[in-house]
Amino acid sequence: MENNFSAERKGSEVIVVTSGKGGVGKTTTAANVGTGLAKAGKKVCLIDTDIGLRNLDVVMGLENRIVYNLVDVVEGSCRVKQALIRDKRHPGLYLMPSAQTRDKTAVSPGQMVKVIDHMREEFDYIILDCPAGIEQGFQNAIAGADRALVVTTPEVSAIRDADRIIGLLEANGFKQIDLIINRLRPDMVRRGDMMSAGDVVDILAIPLIGVIPDDENVVISTNQGEPLVGNDTPAGQAYANVVERVDGREIPFLNFERGISFWTRVTGIFHKA
Amino acid sequence: MKRFFHRKSSCQVAKDRLKILLISDRVNCSPEMMEMIKTDIAKVISKYMKIDAENMDIQINAKGNKGTRGAKNPSLYANIPILDLHKQ
Repeated sequence: MENNFSAERKGSEVIVVTSGKGGVGKTTTAANVGTGLAKAGKKVCLIDTDIGLRNLDVVMGLENRIVYNLVDVVEGSCRVKQALIRDKRHPGLYLMPSAQTRDKTAVSPGQMVKVIDHMREEFDYIILDCPAGIEQGFQNAIAGADRALVVTTPEVSAIRDADRIIGLLEANGFKQIDLIINRLRPDMVRRGDMMSAGDVVDILAIPLIGVIPDDENVVISTNQGEPLVGNDTPAGQAYANVVERVDGREIPFLNFERGISFWTRVTGIFHKA
Repeated sequence: MKRFFHRKSSCQVAKDRLKILLISDRVNCSPEMMEMIKTDIAKVISKYMKIDAENMDIQINAKGNKGTRGAKNPSLYANIPILDLHKQ
């Protein structure tokens, strides 16, 4: 099965999950998309590129199993296989943790490309969790990636940073950049107190690949260290749809995901009048 | 519900702020400078016709929309409501 995939697209597709602003849900998105793809039978490696502030291991519930990390691999202290943690809950899901006691300068973009290229034949998908900011950590994370998922929330600050990140990704030659809008509150959108998914897409002008509703189950799943993708929760379903779309299938958007709701349209008319 | 008729929704405020913010971010042109350009354009046009300077709108847009966001060929759009074509 693996061979079929590699024949189709020459090894793995490398996706970087990025946002610019911190705290908008990059790590949660990386964890859920990676887990979702593994649940769909793909062989997936999640790489935490946030050196010094690692989180993906905790969100995945794998923090107790770390022996080696990304910096060890880059420095040649261990082989790639030794640093990979296999997630026992999902066959085909692996995590390459980041180093907690080092800083971003421990790795260079060139070294990242080398590590990723070394792993390409092994996996269907390699998902890179990018640190916040636009400094070296960001440069490391995007260096080896083929496509990007930009995560934002429907807030002015997050959208502004997302716009900057999209500009940087385009300047770095990225052809496929997709948008995930996280923590949308349909009730607030209806009241006219939050930008709708359509509003955000209009502003950022890149294709939308998913809208995740604000859902307390995300906190619960992070508490438990188990991504909620595919679960019977609003965010779980929304992430399941993102996974399908990342994997190239066209899935209609859920009700709340649609651009402008009936009510905002009505109130919008009043504003214009 | 009543406030909808009297006040801009916070969503609309956010969109308006972002529109201005991102233009200056993308072309590296500050809102102050945009304001100065706007005032100067209004001054020049006012020599020839009566315009509604309050409601004029100028924007720097990247040429094209999707795909060509690279803002390589920005253009200046001005929307100037004319009150009277013949200056009194």
